[in-house]
Amino acid sequence: MNLEAIKELLYHLGDDELIMGHRHSEWCGLGPILEEDISFASMAQDEMGHAQAYYMLLQDLGEGTPDQIGFGRTADQFFNSQFVELPNGEYEFSLVRQFLYDVAEHVRLDDLKNSAYEPLKALATRLVREEKYHFMHGITWLARLSSATEEAKFRIQHALNQAFPIAFSMFEPTEAMKQRVQDSVQSHESVLQSKWLALVTELLSDTVLKLPEINTFDSFYGGRMKKHSAHLAPLLDEMTVVIRTDPQTHW
Amino acid sequence: MYSTAQILEWLQEVKDPEIPALSLVDLGVVEILNIEEKDVKICLIPTFSGCPALDYMKSDIEKCLKEKGLNPTVEVNFQKEWSTNMISKQGIENLKSFGLAPPAHISNDNLLLKMLNEVNCPKCGSSNTQLLNPFGPTLCRAIHHCHDCKETFESMKPL
Repeated sequence: MNLEAIKELLYHLGDDELIMGHRHSEWCGLGPILEEDISFASMAQDEMGHAQAYYMLLQDLGEGTPDQIGFGRTADQFFNSQFVELPNGEYEFSLVRQFLYDVAEHVRLDDLKNSAYEPLKALATRLVREEKYHFMHGITWLARLSSATEEAKFRIQHALNQAFPIAFSMFEPTEAMKQRVQDSVQSHESVLQSKWLALVTELLSDTVLKLPEINTFDSFYGGRMKKHSAHLAPLLDEMTVVIRTDPQTHW
Repeated sequence: MYSTAQILEWLQEVKDPEIPALSLVDLGVVEILNIEEKDVKICLIPTFSGCPALDYMKSDIEKCLKEKGLNPTVEVNFQKEWSTNMISKQGIENLKSFGLAPPAHISNDNLLLKMLNEVNCPKCGSSNTQLLNPFGPTLCRAIHHCHDCKETFESMKPL
């Protein structure tokens, strides 16, 4: 089993969680209603905890402590997909992104439950159950808002049109992925993408929402190769301000 | 030589920082791996992986056993699964007395969300309740409303 290829996957997984978690946390104190404030703050806490768990697996492979991994890198050293680094925008964009992201995470963890890399298999088995509550959050609110006023329908559909093409960046394949597929660490990204698309389609079939037509999947690729939009660097600046001010800070 | 039973009994003093009625032993997160003279090796199993109380739990266990004259090592293991099914009978009773609706026993993971919608009110026992939010003041809690006694209450989510 190729450990370098496994490390890359752990960076993909951990960085997606850390950056998505940070974006969710930005709703704390600003949610449109109190329940949503609490929901996004709770999901942020979950995702950051999951990032820490993935980084601990990296630590076991000699990559530094979770704090060093999470807070010690610059934007050109991060492996997250471009989808998660985009600003929150309006609430409906954050909601649609949360839904598309957590369906993808569900599919991915379900796959990793069968991974040949035992530590990851064990962790995925634990995380997939926690993520069920995120899954429930996303679909419940999408269904509720898309059956509400015309304005709500319009705004949710518009957010879906914006977010959907970018979501495919979560399934960007890399060279090392081929190695991982060969080693039975994970399924091919294209397989995961198909499963995700089928599940998203099924979940939305109970609503009036329509998935937009798209011609290419790769327009927002780059994140897995450490290439990012201009939005990631300012996010990291904010996230690491305390530890940069005092590296010996006791948390 | 200290026995596992003796150490678990001592650890009954150490409570969940977010649910002070519940001991970590009853929560099912403490596993004693090895005892050699005064050296005790303990595995702490996280509940929700993002739980911020984890570090407190770890240092509370260490503090308790040091006071008993032991030399504890606590390792946190995210690769071990935890489920609310691992909460002891006493723990379930303690949750109720604390005013938190306990999690139902999980027989099928696919029913987690359904179960969260069917929670009895810890104040009056009524089943005429409604889920308000699957997320609450801590990661492990959800918020419900009782249509009979009109109280809003919290439950511990099944996991």
